[in-house]
Amino acid sequence: MKVFITSMLTIDLDSERWECASCGHDIGSARDNYKKGLLVREREPSEIHAPILDAKEYEFTFAPDPDWCRILEYCCPNCGHLAEVEYLPPGHPPAHDIELDIDALKAQWAKREPLEKPALGPDFVAPPHSH
Amino acid sequence: MGDDMDIGGASSSAVEDFLKETSLYLAPDPEIMENHGLEPRTAYEDQCIAKANDPVRLEIVRERILAGVNESFEMLENMGAAPGAKWGDCVSAVYTASGDLSLASSGGVVIFCNLVQYPIKFINKYWAGDATVGIKEGDVFIVNDARYGQAHNTDQSMMMPVFHDGRIVAWAGATVHEGENGAIEPGGMPSLAEQIWDEGLKMSPFKVAENYKLRRDLVTFLQNSVREPKLQYADMKVKMYVCRRIETRIHEAIAEYGVEAVVAALRMNLEDTDAEVRRRLSEWPDGTTRHAWWTDGTLRENVQIKINLALTKKGDELTFDYRGSSPEFTNRSNNSLDITVKGMLAQLFLTFIWPDIPRNQGVLAPMKFVFDNPSVLKPAFGTPNAQSMMTVFTAWSAGQVCAMKFLYSNPKKYTRVLAPWFNMINTFLFGGLTQHGEMVGNVCADINGMGGGALADRDGEHGCAPIFATMSDIGEQEFIEEEMPFIQIVSKKMMRDNQGFGRQRGGMGYQMVLAMRDSPAFGFMLTAMGAKFPNIPGLFGGYGCPTYPLSRVSGVDVFDILVKDPGSFRYSIEELMNERPFKGAKYTTHPMTLGYTLAKRGELYMISQGTGGGFGDPLDRKPEDVIRDLDEDLISHDVAWRIYRVVYDRDTLHVDTEATEEAREAMRRERIAKSKPFDAFCEGWVKDKPSGKVPYYGSWDDRSMVHAGSPDALHPAGQVNPPVIMPHPLQVKIDRLEAELAAARKKA
Repeated sequence: MKVFITSMLTIDLDSERWECASCGHDIGSARDNYKKGLLVREREPSEIHAPILDAKEYEFTFAPDPDWCRILEYCCPNCGHLAEVEYLPPGHPPAHDIELDIDALKAQWAKREPLEKPALGPDFVAPPHSH
Repeated sequence: MGDDMDIGGASSSAVEDFLKETSLYLAPDPEIMENHGLEPRTAYEDQCIAKANDPVRLEIVRERILAGVNESFEMLENMGAAPGAKWGDCVSAVYTASGDLSLASSGGVVIFCNLVQYPIKFINKYWAGDATVGIKEGDVFIVNDARYGQAHNTDQSMMMPVFHDGRIVAWAGATVHEGENGAIEPGGMPSLAEQIWDEGLKMSPFKVAENYKLRRDLVTFLQNSVREPKLQYADMKVKMYVCRRIETRIHEAIAEYGVEAVVAALRMNLEDTDAEVRRRLSEWPDGTTRHAWWTDGTLRENVQIKINLALTKKGDELTFDYRGSSPEFTNRSNNSLDITVKGMLAQLFLTFIWPDIPRNQGVLAPMKFVFDNPSVLKPAFGTPNAQSMMTVFTAWSAGQVCAMKFLYSNPKKYTRVLAPWFNMINTFLFGGLTQHGEMVGNVCADINGMGGGALADRDGEHGCAPIFATMSDIGEQEFIEEEMPFIQIVSKKMMRDNQGFGRQRGGMGYQMVLAMRDSPAFGFMLTAMGAKFPNIPGLFGGYGCPTYPLSRVSGVDVFDILVKDPGSFRYSIEELMNERPFKGAKYTTHPMTLGYTLAKRGELYMISQGTGGGFGDPLDRKPEDVIRDLDEDLISHDVAWRIYRVVYDRDTLHVDTEATEEAREAMRRERIAKSKPFDAFCEGWVKDKPSGKVPYYGSWDDRSMVHAGSPDALHPAGQVNPPVIMPHPLQVKIDRLEAELAAARKKA
């Protein structure tokens, strides 16, 4: 049974493996940090958030300061889909951001029906026009 | 020794009474302030519940009282004189006799009322039995000192006991973000506060009305303590009558359903909420999610401040562990009280995760909180906290990210998973003399124009609402201009490329281009972060917001230009700053931390509201959605290609689907080619301490040790010695200039 942990990562409860939600690529043990099975790339922040004001003229331009901030992109090694983007000061250790109790997860889902796709939650229904 | 103990034990009550009667100072009581949970049921509540326990009937009573609270909120919003009241930055609520928040109004700011339980409990504990104070029917109390229980000192709450047959059966409360409070800067949120005494009014809970009448001697004192004396009086009256309306509605409910049903409904509302929250938490996976974020200043200087969160869910409990966050800044106002963090997180659950849960304090009962003491999220009693939003909003966003990483897998959701909402006060504060000769000091309603986070299947909403009030309003610009001597020449116009990129993009923020006119003395200030490090991330492959500067054009009077040469004016920050249309003017950018500055007629002050975070990989965004954003001038051609890789005809905006897919596939291959496996990447990336280029505060890899400004100033968390004391920014500047001068003289 697959559990949709994020929009780009699933856990196969039978094999206890992280998988890419886009291509099914095996990413690693669900008991370990999923990032270990992904590829990482450091981006200079202005490559994403480009200056809106002329960087030659101004100190503050809408682009983050590279001495303060770098962007790490994590992608699937097979299909190249982005699974996570992390903003960090230069050199700061990346977070082990999702660490689930896999035994508890298996016990929890043993009582649930498998899902074919992630549950989005209730849709927004606009209130009736009142004037 | 044994005798001493016996004597002590036998006379402990007398000793306690003696100490109570002779206390020199009644500071906030840790027993009250450390407990965000529910008070135990009282014997009277037990009796009431024994007599009235039909859940259907209690629900009818609950709805009846809630209708009264909502009616009182309408009064508060419509009659309140403060700008904050006009656009929803207020709330009204009912509390149990013990002080627990049981029913908040459906509109308004939950965090406000989810802090008023503390001063009510203080009043119950200290003033009820005090012969010089006491609690009688018709009394009304007031509070604004956040350390006794408020979000920040710019808010003022009034609280009224509701009696029935001589017994307190409930409390009514009303809170408004009043703004002005007599602090060192106008508007109530002073960045310049270096001591708690710079923060203006420090109202511990005290009685300000008897027999439903405000005491004019006290009112006059308070009026003399602030820059807006009329506002102070007007809104005290409004809040008192809001409480009185709640009291009336409770009395009517008692008359119709009986006092037992009313008391039982208020109590069971809390217990049922606690039980339902535990049930819902049980649906989440067990485990820990972690998220750290950094703010980039104290409002006086740019420094990197870490907010560190590990959120652990086990069974039906949730633990927010903020250890490893920055040390406190003992002479800066950007520290947040822990109660404020808790109150904000209640808002997260009651509006963004479980909006169907009754808005009361029971939502936090199954939750635990851990902080380093002291730290920037739990400062010492004497540490300023007037700008608590600078850290509490980041702490809130860290909570939002961590919660979403638990929520996504849940088959049963009560609302949708959401990328981070924009979280910073990108708005102007103002103060001075108006065109009508009134002295004012307050904040623009544009604080409420924060961009919404993207959802899994829908883009975020533009300029939607602040994180602390989902049902607030950004006000009518024309209305503000009638009262204030400044004009937003560009208002509510989206800032192009200011977008949280993603498969679904964040809701965007709009530009504010202000100029003062018609006042001999009027100024602006800014109290926001995020000029160097963005304020929020995205989610699941989406990107966060960019950084935001203050842009200024000085040495010009644009009102003259608009008369003499209107064609030269440009209607966006980008064009005004990059094209520099006004000859002889000075164009500068700054961080969003402007201390109160007197404005000159016609000079431009320009900022942008922020964007919500993006959701998912931008390369998965539908090309037609990219083109729609392009067509609406929300993004540039550069972003359409560089971020979204859409190929289209620039004249017709017709998408070449095949070429787009090829370009996207090429970009994915490029990602793979330019990336490294995680462990190999970390070998080159991870450093054992901060670079030293930027003053750094908080933990690095070990949350038990925190840096206090430099790579080598490392201390056990909560034991930073010497404490962080920042130098005066002007002194720093003088020292630097003197050093340069000395070097130049030596060279000469």
